Amino acid sequence: MALFKKKIASGVDTTANAAETPDKAQPWKELGLKLEEYERIVEILGRRPTSAELAMYSVMWSEHCSYKSSKIYLRQFGEKVTDEMKKHLMVGMGENAGVVDIGEGWAVTFKVESHNHPSYIEPFQGAATGIGGIVRDILTMGARPIAVMDQLRFGAPNHPDTTRVVNGVVSGISFYGNCLGLPNIGGETVFDRVYQGNPLVNALSIGALRHEDLKLAIASNPGDLVILFGARTGADGIGGVSVLASETFDSDGPSRRPAVQVGDPFAEKVLIECCLELYKANVVAGIQDLGGAGLSCATSELASNGNAGMRVQLQNVLKRDESLTPEEILMSESQERMMAIVPKKDRKKFEAIVNKWEVEFSILGEVIAEPRLYINWGHEEIVNVPPRTVAHDGPVYERPVAFPSYQDALNADSVHARGLYRANESGSDLGAQVWQIVTSPNQASKSWITDQYDHYVGGNTALAMPDDSGMIRVSETSGLGVSIATDANGRFCQLDPYQGARLALAEAYRNVAVGGAKPMAVTNCLNFGSPENPEVMWQFKQATAGLADGCLELGIPVTGGNVSFYNQTGDIAIHPTPVVGVLGVIDDVARRIPSGWQDAGNNIYLLGVTRDELDGSVWADVIHDHLGGRPPVVDLAHEAALADLLHGASLQGLIESAHDLSEAGLAQALVESCFRFNMGARVWLDEICERDNVDRTCALFSESTGRVLVSIGREDDVKFMGLCEARGIPVLRIGVTDDSGEIEIQDVSTFDLSEMRTAFKATLPALFG
Amino acid sequence: MPKIIVEVMPKADLLDPQGKAVANALQRGGNKDIKGVRIGKRIELHFDRPITDADLADARKIGDEFLSNAVIEDVVNVTVEN
Repeated sequence: MALFKKKIASGVDTTANAAETPDKAQPWKELGLKLEEYERIVEILGRRPTSAELAMYSVMWSEHCSYKSSKIYLRQFGEKVTDEMKKHLMVGMGENAGVVDIGEGWAVTFKVESHNHPSYIEPFQGAATGIGGIVRDILTMGARPIAVMDQLRFGAPNHPDTTRVVNGVVSGISFYGNCLGLPNIGGETVFDRVYQGNPLVNALSIGALRHEDLKLAIASNPGDLVILFGARTGADGIGGVSVLASETFDSDGPSRRPAVQVGDPFAEKVLIECCLELYKANVVAGIQDLGGAGLSCATSELASNGNAGMRVQLQNVLKRDESLTPEEILMSESQERMMAIVPKKDRKKFEAIVNKWEVEFSILGEVIAEPRLYINWGHEEIVNVPPRTVAHDGPVYERPVAFPSYQDALNADSVHARGLYRANESGSDLGAQVWQIVTSPNQASKSWITDQYDHYVGGNTALAMPDDSGMIRVSETSGLGVSIATDANGRFCQLDPYQGARLALAEAYRNVAVGGAKPMAVTNCLNFGSPENPEVMWQFKQATAGLADGCLELGIPVTGGNVSFYNQTGDIAIHPTPVVGVLGVIDDVARRIPSGWQDAGNNIYLLGVTRDELDGSVWADVIHDHLGGRPPVVDLAHEAALADLLHGASLQGLIESAHDLSEAGLAQALVESCFRFNMGARVWLDEICERDNVDRTCALFSESTGRVLVSIGREDDVKFMGLCEARGIPVLRIGVTDDSGEIEIQDVSTFDLSEMRTAFKATLPALFG
Repeated sequence: MPKIIVEVMPKADLLDPQGKAVANALQRGGNKDIKGVRIGKRIELHFDRPITDADLADARKIGDEFLSNAVIEDVVNVTVEN
């Protein structure tokens, strides 16, 4: 309190004061700005910024908010598109989340965001607020959030710190998601030592809305009210800028503010229902959630999007802690807050609704025609800036790019060059490898994690873990639904980021297709090391080009995304990890294709061909601890034909089950297909080896793309083969399902299903339980 | 039985959802003078012998490193109760 009084006595840094004291030293460097950036702010304003303006520019021009290093590459997602691709896109890149028309008057919005750094510092709250943040992004578009997913990367499973992070992150996600009543329908969990000091916690949310309910973050009508509602503003998440709170605005002693945010899912649930009622009553002209950069972001973006301005009284902000300074209020990342633009005539209706939900609100000011953002603290003007310069016209960098010095050596160090041992001849050795791989932490059952999440709340979940994609019903009358799959293979991306991104796209696309849905749109979350490292920038350039080219080839647009840089420990960057999410649409979720075998006596077919592609594979990792060579080849035209085949066959009701082949190849797919509904199988490899000219190690573990395992009832064999032939998809019968309680891989090994399942499920609890 | 009591509170600046919920409930229940609530935890460490200064020092260390999460909580008090 003493601090607060002193501040009032000494006065705030006003715009008049800034004009009079042009030479006052300012902590731009501590706030993460470069000298050129600070000079540009001075040039824009024609004077030095006030401390409040400096606070705003510094957070909004940070890498996280401004995309200054990635912008030049992200543009291609908007450029490499055809009109056909844009046909179903209601809102594209640049808004809070993309919106896709799925028919019947429905639209869905979906997005992934990273919450990597907070989740390492405080895993529980970091992951929980990651879910909260992405759900508000979806809500902002006018949609009701209907599901979440998460994409997790942790360090080595046996490292002592991994347990702390895994347990915290998983309980944080389950706590927030379960409290909100949102089903968690899928995601990924990968362990690799490269993520030891920098785990990745990406969260995805999907929302559904009627076309007419679409909302945008825009403030364009002069006179409309600017209203902040939801939780009170506290000192949460002033974070990386705590330097600022201690040194900048108060030279006489540090007042350290906490870097982490604490989430309150019950407050968020009320906020969701409150917002949806506001939308329904049609009383908001624009809406924006408060996430990164808090009020700085919401005010400047709303005004900039509407080509308008705003007058704001900052003292009207409801605070949790009266000692907050104006700068801290502008930068606070307190959770569960929203900003609405409300026409004056609707003020009463707005108040009635928020009061009904017992949500606190305060009117901060109003929209003005002049494109200028004025913020007052009492009678004193502390911000007077063109909002566009804060929100959209931030710095853009073309960072130096360099082909990594290690890349050629890494690519040359292939499985073949090394002569890594293959257990082809001895069946028992190969069998032991199958067992070792499917029970390894990355391949073993993730049920210890996913069982902590509610998959079925809401009663609309059609597919969830361990299926290839998560599928959710949107229309309860027609059965219209959507499915989402996300993928990223950091090992492949390390070997070749261009192909790696296409591989992630191909896999997510295929995962959506095997569930019976038609792939429609793409989102991404690009996790990379430091953009100031030219070798990392090269990876980024390659990966974005790969993804954009791939999307163009498949004819599905990127609707939005997120970039997370600086994922590294010391100088060691993580493997480039571009998480790609593909959204699919299915006219009736009752038509979904299950991922496992359900009936005995069905024929098992392998679609696609197997090549000798073990570089970067799970086999190379688990059996030989090796990473080198080149990733598998991607043939997107084949992927599209395959998806088309699955869609066609499922419409005719020919397919009993379908499961994608990816990590650990056929071996993993066989085992998972058995486990899903506890159905055994007898399988032979000889014909694969003969037709594709590969050995048994490849037949089992190669990660060649474009392959799917399907089971077909005997009565439909002829029809199905006809479909494959007509579309030119290579197909081979490799086995039959049975209720023996065993999985027999001829000439390799026979496994008892219940014994193997016990081991498959025991790996994660033994490590973290 | 001799005990060491360790009291842990959420950091002053952080949101305390539990305290907020209780404060709202109290307000609704008519306790208009209670303006805020914060909820922490009390941990008892039991001994079957007299407590020494070294025990107390250990308890402080355990409090900081094990019983509380320094990122979001503070140990506000460590006392002996005989």
